[in-house]
Amino acid sequence: MAVVFKKTEGLTDKQFHYCPGCTHGIIHRLVGEVLEELEVVGKAIGVAPVGCSVLAYDYFNCDMHEAAHGRAPAVATGIKRILPDNVVFTYQGDGDLASIGTAEIIHAAHRAEKFTTIFVNNAIYGMTGGQMAPTTLIGQKSTTSQAGRDAATTGMPLRMSEMFATIDGAVFVERVSVHDVAHIRKAKKAIKKAFEVQLEGKGFGIVEVLSTCPTNWGIAPVESLTWLKENMIPYYPLGNFRTPEEGK
Amino acid sequence: MATEKIIMAGFGGQGVMSMGQLLTYSGMLENKHVSWLPSYGPEMRGGTANCSVIVSDNLIGSPIITDDATTALVMNLPSLVKFENNIKSGGKLLINSSLIEKKAERDDVDAYYVPANEIANEIGNSRVANMVMLGAYLELTKLVSVDSVIEAFKKVYGAGKEHLIPLNKDALERGATAVRG
Amino acid sequence: MAKVLMKGNEAIGAAGIKAGCKYFFGYPITPQNELPEFMSKELPKVDGVFVQAESEVAAINMIYGGAGTGERVMTSSSSPGIALKQEGISYIAGAELPCVIVNISRGGPGLGGIQPSQADYFQSTRGGGNGDYRLPVYAPASIQEAVDLVIEAFDVADYYRNPVMVIGDGMIGQMMEPVEFNEPEKKRELPVKDWATTGTEGKRKPNIINSLALDPAELEKHNIKLQAKYDEMEEKEVRYEAYKLEEAEVVLVAYGMTSRIVKNAMDILEKEGIKTGLIRPITLWPFPNKAFNEIPDTAKALLSVEMSMGQMIDDVKIANNGKLPVEFYGRAGGMIPTPEEIVNKVKEILGGGK
Repeated sequence: MAVVFKKTEGLTDKQFHYCPGCTHGIIHRLVGEVLEELEVVGKAIGVAPVGCSVLAYDYFNCDMHEAAHGRAPAVATGIKRILPDNVVFTYQGDGDLASIGTAEIIHAAHRAEKFTTIFVNNAIYGMTGGQMAPTTLIGQKSTTSQAGRDAATTGMPLRMSEMFATIDGAVFVERVSVHDVAHIRKAKKAIKKAFEVQLEGKGFGIVEVLSTCPTNWGIAPVESLTWLKENMIPYYPLGNFRTPEEGK
Repeated sequence: MATEKIIMAGFGGQGVMSMGQLLTYSGMLENKHVSWLPSYGPEMRGGTANCSVIVSDNLIGSPIITDDATTALVMNLPSLVKFENNIKSGGKLLINSSLIEKKAERDDVDAYYVPANEIANEIGNSRVANMVMLGAYLELTKLVSVDSVIEAFKKVYGAGKEHLIPLNKDALERGATAVRG
Repeated sequence: MAKVLMKGNEAIGAAGIKAGCKYFFGYPITPQNELPEFMSKELPKVDGVFVQAESEVAAINMIYGGAGTGERVMTSSSSPGIALKQEGISYIAGAELPCVIVNISRGGPGLGGIQPSQADYFQSTRGGGNGDYRLPVYAPASIQEAVDLVIEAFDVADYYRNPVMVIGDGMIGQMMEPVEFNEPEKKRELPVKDWATTGTEGKRKPNIINSLALDPAELEKHNIKLQAKYDEMEEKEVRYEAYKLEEAEVVLVAYGMTSRIVKNAMDILEKEGIKTGLIRPITLWPFPNKAFNEIPDTAKALLSVEMSMGQMIDDVKIANNGKLPVEFYGRAGGMIPTPEEIVNKVKEILGGGK
């Protein structure tokens, strides 16, 4: 019988713990497939964050290093500087990357560290139970912004990719989404490109993936995809901000 | 010599740290026990700089010199004021009289007045005033030989600075002459 | 090898390189700056890497990542910077990775000052980070000893898969003394680092470096395993110097540079006919409790001398176990005790005049 579908070698057989409708699973798979297609699973070292994807070290079928909250880019720097021929990536959420670990990610980009970051932005702290993140939208309810996020007291949502686009060392910056099949395909292309940039030794690459959190948003899985499309994308426009050709 | 405890002080740029290092290195080359302890911090950047050098036949305990210095070499007035009282009775005080008009207040220490900057200028380079002072000190104590200081100079500054050796040797000798009775 | 005159900070860096460390991640802070400066100059010559991190927090996490590759890695800082590193140190201890951390300490609390201090005793020995963990802490009293201990620290770190700290006050970092870089004596058979994250190359199962264990039973098991390791360190790694304990009336306890000032004070006291001895912990953790068994019956009191308001004295009391009165003399904030002050304190203890 012909094989029509096979799980990627980039992932282990471990069953995901993610909530129903959460798009972490899709993003894991995209990363796993890219590692497999680029034939770098055996050379890869992943750095897992703190947050919902804290257990990512059990899911990726390569050597993995679990970091402290926000510090994954520093950990990845240590690894990549010592093992420049390996393929190093961090997988981080928005609380991890855009809040507690802002310094680490900005400076990894600033030093043009040659690793790849997958930044999963679901506009909320998931693991800790739905608190407000720097990326939470105005009016969006969370357990620490129960009347909805108020710009006057908590600022405007932080656009990270736009910030990376101003840093010379960040040679590949793209924001993608996984709310439908067409966008999932585009997301995979961007992830692949980001890893290729690393393999070519060009600098730091980051793909921001807009993702859902049905549990903490309090929205059913399918509606969550619509909510992402209608609310997140207008504020976080999709597209490529940087490719090696234009910024090096 | 049992133990020589020397405080060297001046303002930043007078070369008190390097003068101390050369003496320390020379002591090491002569198989003596040595230590060099600098003041560090903001005063390194323009204010008063000083270092404590100990050269001894015996193992050195603390590298810190409190009020038991056998000698103080002071290159500017604030250093004289600050360290005159750290010299033990019977010790030596070498004063850079080019920049310090004040005389030693204590009469239980032997004060020597060395116009270090004037001598350095005479031989063509004001930057060797520290070496003039060191030459005077070595003449008085014979703590290490001038040859050892030159040897230390080569090790510390390397081949690139060897052309400066005659000038520094001259400075050491002129310093010695200044205190030779 | 011939002796060279080196500044403590540079000698410590050279010792790291001598020990085979090619990777250093640091951040500027006085009075340890000559150490990262030295490494930035020297490591490229040995095909190594120096990274100036954006913060001490980042530097220690680079160490965490770097240590995971199995290579020898090193970082340094000074007191408030070491405080920032505690997060990473806890993770490194939890994930069982080897590394060497140097603290050239200064006065605190807060930003404090930049002059020499020993007020980081608690921070070093009690763990500034969270959780049940320990790390060997070496306190050299000379530059030569700093060099020897740094070299050994890398072996100890590899042997136990544990972070190791070398602590010196600002004087150790700033002063110059002659040093020799001797071939290290091989004391331990070092285990193969088959746990390192270097890429599976498709030949083995993935290695995972991790300090997370959500299942309490699993985490307790991990803690018990770690404790067994710390017990072994307490048994095998204690280092101290027992100096002139015979017939001592007062036994002083001091480490690092303070111990050298104490020795000067002891010389003065000896000339006056007062016999004193010194216990100098070389490992602050594990603390040399057994050294206190060597204290003779002539001893009337113990005197802990520190450049702090009294931190090691807690360990002295534990080691003493109520046998003798435990006295304290300390200076803080970058002030350094003089031999005369210590002499006076000893005389005061013995009931003499001030």
